[in-house]
Amino acid sequence: MTRVFATVLRRDLRLAARRRSDALLPVAFFVVAVSLFPLGIGPEPQTLRQIAPGIVWVCALLAAMLSLGAMYSGDLVDGSLDQMLLSGPTPGQASLAVAAAKSLAHWLVTGLPLTILAPLLGVLFGVAPAPIVALTASLLLGTPILSLLGGLGAALTLGVRSGGVLLLLLVLPLCIPTLIFGAGAVVAIDSGLSARGHFSLLGALLILTMLLAPLATAAALRIATE
Amino acid sequence: MATTSHGDLDAGARASRTLTVDGLAGRRGERILFHDFDLFVAPGELVWLRAANGYGKTTLLRILAGLALPEAGTIRWSPASGPATVYLAHANALKDDLTVLESVRYQSTLHGLEASEAAIADAIRRFGLQSRRHAPIRTLSQGQRRRVALTRLCLSDPQSTWLLDEPWDALDAEGVALVSTLLDEHAARRGNALFTSHVPPAIDGLRTVQFDALPAPA
Repeated sequence: MTRVFATVLRRDLRLAARRRSDALLPVAFFVVAVSLFPLGIGPEPQTLRQIAPGIVWVCALLAAMLSLGAMYSGDLVDGSLDQMLLSGPTPGQASLAVAAAKSLAHWLVTGLPLTILAPLLGVLFGVAPAPIVALTASLLLGTPILSLLGGLGAALTLGVRSGGVLLLLLVLPLCIPTLIFGAGAVVAIDSGLSARGHFSLLGALLILTMLLAPLATAAALRIATE
Repeated sequence: MATTSHGDLDAGARASRTLTVDGLAGRRGERILFHDFDLFVAPGELVWLRAANGYGKTTLLRILAGLALPEAGTIRWSPASGPATVYLAHANALKDDLTVLESVRYQSTLHGLEASEAAIADAIRRFGLQSRRHAPIRTLSQGQRRRVALTRLCLSDPQSTWLLDEPWDALDAEGVALVSTLLDEHAARRGNALFTSHVPPAIDGLRTVQFDALPAPA
């Protein structure tokens, strides 16, 4: 199990490093999308400061969805997924390790860079230091949830024609609680309130998805390869 | 992972597992491809599954590998646990962006073969890919890709059961001979194998199972 997890994770990170332009696409999208808002809404600093957390969160959510389509589809077509599922004691255990490794790799390549960039974008919007810290912390807790749910969506839509749109329709509603508590934490801090409740709920969501999403993803992978 | 006790001299433990298939039925989509299929494969036996296209050879191999579930029937491996099976599909399961060496190393680690660097270099040399070992898979021909996928046969547990789907596909004469030699060596070590091929393989002591002579699907 650990061996399969580590081997798949290392391979996915190496492949991402070989295709740097593909890996950087979601990050570039994130920066461009966020910087479009001041142009559309107008340069009023007060308004921008207020809506910045929401904008950064929504754009991070959409950017994280961009690379989901390729998460399993390539490996299904070239037979790599079959070999991964056959690498453990049973396909059930191997698929669980693969699901966990793939979601972690997706987070390391997409979610983590987004989290690191977010404070910079916050500064551009003139957000105060305390809410910026809250924004980064909420993304740090929230983006892994997006990668886990995204992995589930990607596995469920494997082999489906026009799976890309279906994937978004499946995953985006599931991400709503994360978005509400993530952006809500920053708003709370900005208005001088405590964000403990928001962070607790985000943490609880993360634990819940960590426990359940890989199991469901593994089952979906087994169905897709059968 | 699976530790092999090298000191074990019991002949039974140094051979492939016995495979008994009873009344197996396989389905693809809505269609039953075969049913009431019985097969017994002893250690050291090489079985050529022969059938026209579309009779479910690939489905059968996927069921035996554990990737798909049979519609009916039972599959028994004796002993129940032992060396894992090696399933090589029609698709090579290679990534364009990895080099030959990286791909072979990845295959070996993924399947817990714990092959040494020397063994990996040896497998690559045997398949004539020595000069291309740092080349990305993207730059290889179909036949060379097949060779990279087949290196796993050199690295696998000698007593594993091989399930090979068209192993000779895209290979040149020299490659065909090499795979046949590997199968011979495998049988000599009391390993067994089941494979499909559209061209009669040049291997002695081969058992042929005519797959499309089964009762016609109901």
